Amino acid sequence: MKLKSAFGLLLAGALLAGAAHAVDITGAGATFPYPIYAKWADAYKKATGVGMNYQSIGSGGGIKQITAKTVDFGASDAPMKGEDLDKNGLIQFPAIMGGVVPVYNLKGVAPGQVRFTGALLADIYLGKVKTWNDPVIVKLNPGVPLPSQAISAVNRSDGSGTTFLFTNYLSKVSPEWKSSIGEGTAVKWSTGVGGKGNEGVANYVSRIDGAIGYVEYAYAKQNKLSYAMMANRDGAVVAPSDDAFKAAAAGADWNSVPGMGVILTDQAGKASWPITGASFILMHKLQDKPENAKEVLRFFDWSFKNGAKMADDLDYVPIPDPVVKLIQSIWKAQLKDASGKALY
Amino acid sequence: MSDSPGPRRLRAAPWVDTAFEWLTRFFAFLVFALLLAILASLVVGSQLTLEKYGFSFIWSSAWDPVKEEFGALVPIYGTLVTSLIAMLIGVPVSFGIALFLTELSPAWLKRPLGTAIELLAAIPSIIYGMWGLFVFAPLFQGHVQPLLIGSLGGVPFFGALFEGPPIGIGMLAAGLILSVMVIPFITAVMRDVFEIVPPMLKESAYGLGATTWEVVWRVVLPYTKVGVIGGIMLGLGRALGETMAVTFVIGNAHRLAVSLNAPGNSIASALANEFTEAVGDLYFSALIELGLILFLITTVVLALSKLLLLRLARNEGART
Repeated sequence: MKLKSAFGLLLAGALLAGAAHAVDITGAGATFPYPIYAKWADAYKKATGVGMNYQSIGSGGGIKQITAKTVDFGASDAPMKGEDLDKNGLIQFPAIMGGVVPVYNLKGVAPGQVRFTGALLADIYLGKVKTWNDPVIVKLNPGVPLPSQAISAVNRSDGSGTTFLFTNYLSKVSPEWKSSIGEGTAVKWSTGVGGKGNEGVANYVSRIDGAIGYVEYAYAKQNKLSYAMMANRDGAVVAPSDDAFKAAAAGADWNSVPGMGVILTDQAGKASWPITGASFILMHKLQDKPENAKEVLRFFDWSFKNGAKMADDLDYVPIPDPVVKLIQSIWKAQLKDASGKALY
Repeated sequence: MSDSPGPRRLRAAPWVDTAFEWLTRFFAFLVFALLLAILASLVVGSQLTLEKYGFSFIWSSAWDPVKEEFGALVPIYGTLVTSLIAMLIGVPVSFGIALFLTELSPAWLKRPLGTAIELLAAIPSIIYGMWGLFVFAPLFQGHVQPLLIGSLGGVPFFGALFEGPPIGIGMLAAGLILSVMVIPFITAVMRDVFEIVPPMLKESAYGLGATTWEVVWRVVLPYTKVGVIGGIMLGLGRALGETMAVTFVIGNAHRLAVSLNAPGNSIASALANEFTEAVGDLYFSALIELGLILFLITTVVLALSKLLLLRLARNEGART
């Protein structure tokens, strides 16, 4: 009897799972956009009844899962290269943007007072600029009481999109960084300590006197960390803010790179925050499960239309309307089912 | 008696016995199969780096995900050093606790103390990690490290172990956290083996006028040494494979440093940190090979401890 009911339960479970599978969509990948995807999913479920299950297993995992077709879409912080997209038959589009900000811990120096240039940040993380009263820092920060404290550079120990944006920016502004360290979700740091996650970096920075670190803007803002100002490509000094990220995104030419894989670091424009970036979605061009793919497109369509406010609340930057139009045209042109019919 | 027709019992058919025997045998060998499967998949997974680097992977200290150069020396070194520190502190302390519990403690204190030790063993390692980062590291940075650096930093050769700025995290901090984590394991085993020493032996020694220390050193320890070593090995096994607690406090830097105050890395924490975002086949393969190396190290340690424990059991049978 027991066995029978257990079997019945199993069967019911299987049926339910089957039924749920027909509508719900699954995605996996980057951790950076997880809070906003989860929020959108929640709101979308309330609005339409369709659930979206996103697992933030990391960009590397997301790419593996979408290539193996175990999920309906993958997500990655670092854009895939054009040839890799073609090889795996994937399309790529940006879904959300955000910024990375340097944070520091200096006794007697108020938050937002210290200014950096990209080249200086690179030299600090290369271990070339070792103390806070180094002439380069003093010259950039007249009037700031900089101590003779040693600088401890804190990096992310886990591979992350935040590190990718940070190192991509440093590679753009420092030839030495580019040749000796380069860019990636994890790199070979030549100095300092590594903290796990934004919280790990923030904790090390607040713990160590004279520490500098880099975290996502949303994390820095919500935890009231003392972030620094940056000189951008045009030489203007800007504070991190939603407007500064939007300014960086405004000038981007999304068609210039295959798969819209534009990295928004070191963008031109007086108001641009230099370490800005987008997080990307990956889908198969040729869809075995057109129903699920349609649902994914509906989800992002809805999120682009209705999700901007939610993104602002979480200190992300929504994709601007002209870019959404471009994304939709890519959906229309490239996403097909087995019979070759466009899905959008 | 045996001939008289007693109450009738239904005998199971002989094949049931046989089937049962095979079933249990199957379960037992399943463990071996699993172990071999893990080993095989680790070897297959790390094929790329095995072919590219061979044995030089073990003594290369390179770790550059961008240029795709990998070596395991830093994590291996960090794993061994933190475990060694844990053992250096954990073993004497555990020995003292076990000794107190079995020989010196008043009866009413034994049970609460023993339970407290067992509770320590039940705390999840992430809790130790959080505690290490938020509570222990600041205390260590503010009070212990300056003292160590000030008093020992100037000593020739030895002093190099304690050089560097006090940042509260690093290999020494990780080793200290690990020692707290292994103490309950080692203590539990030591207490159990100390308790199986026949009271007659101890009483005879006391009768001859031996002090408590002499009884422990000359009677209890020789009698239980194999079991004590087994317990230490169990603790070492845990220290080698510990992931989250170490990740939080070791500093996660792929750099070789002599100073124990400097940040380092361990195999398990490198895996925890980097697996999710390991893009690229060689990177992935290098991480799997790190797993393989850890698997081999811990397998050897645990196999040794099991062997020793088996020998202890045999000896007990012979002596009583």
